[in-house]
Amino acid sequence: MKEEKIELIKDGKRLSGRGFEELRSIKIEVGVLKRADGSCYFELGDNKVIAAVYGPREMHPRHFQNAKMAVVKYRYNMAPFSVDDRKRPGPDRRSQEISMVSRKALDPVILRELYPKTAIEVYVEVLQSDAGTRTAGINAASVALADAGIPMRDLVSSVAIGKIDGEVVLDLDAKEDNFGEADMPIAMIARTNTITLLQMDGRFKKEEFERGLKIAMSGCRKIYELQKDALVKKYSKSGNEE
Amino acid sequence: MGQEVIEDIRKDYVYDLIEKGKRADGRGFLDFRNIVVERDLIKKAEGSTRVQIGDTVVLVGVKVEPGEPFPDTPNKGILMTNAELVPLASPEFESGPPGENSIELARVVDRGIRGSETIDLEKLCIEEGKKVWMVFIDIHTLDNDGNLVDAAALGAIMSLLNIAIPYEQYGLTGEDMQIRDTPVAVTVVEIGGNLLVDPSVYEESAATSKLTVISNADGSISGLQKSGSTGLTEEKIVQMTKIGIEKAREIREKYLPKI
Repeated sequence: MKEEKIELIKDGKRLSGRGFEELRSIKIEVGVLKRADGSCYFELGDNKVIAAVYGPREMHPRHFQNAKMAVVKYRYNMAPFSVDDRKRPGPDRRSQEISMVSRKALDPVILRELYPKTAIEVYVEVLQSDAGTRTAGINAASVALADAGIPMRDLVSSVAIGKIDGEVVLDLDAKEDNFGEADMPIAMIARTNTITLLQMDGRFKKEEFERGLKIAMSGCRKIYELQKDALVKKYSKSGNEE
Repeated sequence: MGQEVIEDIRKDYVYDLIEKGKRADGRGFLDFRNIVVERDLIKKAEGSTRVQIGDTVVLVGVKVEPGEPFPDTPNKGILMTNAELVPLASPEFESGPPGENSIELARVVDRGIRGSETIDLEKLCIEEGKKVWMVFIDIHTLDNDGNLVDAAALGAIMSLLNIAIPYEQYGLTGEDMQIRDTPVAVTVVEIGGNLLVDPSVYEESAATSKLTVISNADGSISGLQKSGSTGLTEEKIVQMTKIGIEKAREIREKYLPKI
């Protein structure tokens, strides 16, 4: 269903009124679920995702165990009502790929060697989707891992960069994603400036790619600060209560 | 194995407390935990409700889309209820195709809505035999601290209030969907001969039997589901049903409009 082309940039501003290098509004809440070992609710504009972490716990089935380190499981799942046309419940090819790349985005920061033979399980539920759910999921998952007390080298922060009406812009929303020319999600370890996820579809010129990457990395750094703030807020608060 | 031992200890603890007339969280046998509801959190859904009972959280979303009617009911809309016990919500839930517990949850909620005839399915017919509105009720569990059924059923009926059918999107016109009744589910469990409502997850595992009673505004019953490993006497069933109807009335008065 191809819809008519719409103008995404008017008078140097995006439809949402955002600047080219401006993130959508972000809300982070830590420790929102009782049963999970760690959890995080993450809003990025109209995206609403929630992540839970269980473990380290016994790995099932056994033959997936790794004798040297913990195995990270990551499940990205969309609620059927999270999108305009109801999504059929259960995994599909898209969500399986997202689960895989998200897991690989987080693997490098987790001190997996401390927990051989176990599983560290990350579950991400997308409650409402508006483009950028995988980046929101990774941001939430990374905070949930910290909330679960999993030893980590750093947090992972993620955002997408894209191209609309010929301009390189940060953090595409659904309209921009549907009618834009390129979309490139990245994830980064802020402390070392290491990229742990990089995907792209659409078309970038080499110069646009290089500039886009820089903008996306600075976006990740902003998100990193918000993630840290949310964790500090939760744990300094619970410290005062005791 | 460690898990199973802890399970048994917890069961014994719950059981012993109840024998002394107490519950772990201090409430009476016929008290619900605190209920918090929040409506219309999901813009992409025609209706949605987050229901929290104690630490149990479910999010119910309703989507309305046109589709083909079933051949045996060509003039009626379609109601579909689905539940996902996502592994995010509990260490006991696993990913994979829906298991018997999620199917039971969806079917009990569905039966309550359907049995009460709260939705007039004939009004959801667009063109007989060709096109009708399909109403999808999706139950997404977020945190399982017991009694998912009552939370999901309340979320379902609340999400169905004032549904604006997306006529415009499909070039159609018509009126908004109205509900005709307010079914409410109340689950009663038996532990050591005592009857309790709104079981926590540990009480659920200690319960010998469980009865979910879905009742309507006029006190009639539109759904029943017994589960658990032990049988129930007629006397107990009557008693449990009475409790179920009475508690449902309290919840209805607090959270649902008069029909």
